[in-house]
Amino acid sequence: MGKVSVRFFARYAELAGCTSSAVNLATPATVADVIARVREVFPGTTALPPQPLAALNLRQVRLDALVNEGDEVALLPPLAGG
Amino acid sequence: MMHLTRHPLDVDDLLTEVQGPERGGTCVFTGTVRNDGDVTGIEYSAYEEMAFGEIERILGEAQAQWRDARVMLQHRLGLIPVGEASIAIAAAAPHRDDAFAACRFVIEQVKKRLPVWKKEHHLDGTTAWVDPSGKPVAHGP
Repeated sequence: MGKVSVRFFARYAELAGCTSSAVNLATPATVADVIARVREVFPGTTALPPQPLAALNLRQVRLDALVNEGDEVALLPPLAGG
Repeated sequence: MMHLTRHPLDVDDLLTEVQGPERGGTCVFTGTVRNDGDVTGIEYSAYEEMAFGEIERILGEAQAQWRDARVMLQHRLGLIPVGEASIAIAAAAPHRDDAFAACRFVIEQVKKRLPVWKKEHHLDGTTAWVDPSGKPVAHGP
């Protein structure tokens, strides 16, 4: 088991009830695995879309990207900069 | 220059960063909080560590594509009242075509890539997250 940091922003932070936390899961895992674990740990996040945007260690990635212990996964609502 | 700020944007500061005697054309884009119905302001939040890196990459890509140009941007965060700018981009190049093109490139990449989110504040005190199409997605107190 490894600990992975998770970050929530904007509306997703409201759903999760926090802006940052961590989940434990078997690593290496994928971003999709981390999101599945997040849905178990933070009940409000069951309202997240099936395939949300995600970043791994500050770079946007696909959901099949590999995650290792100590990594940071961020769940990103649709981007609205500018 | 800091790319993310919680203070009002100053275009003159951006111009100082990009202008020079060898660059004869300068293009400035500002995005301003619009008076949409009963909106009083928009609250901008960001994944700041990622946004900073993404801005650096976008500016680097613009620099690689228009080698004689200089481009700079600032994005404001926090609650911004209607009529004030949320983003300002300045691009200077030897000739206007490259200045316009570099400026356009940067704002379009910002729209696609920058981890920034908007929450509208309304006259009656309610708030609503806004998705990229401009459609509110959720209401809160």
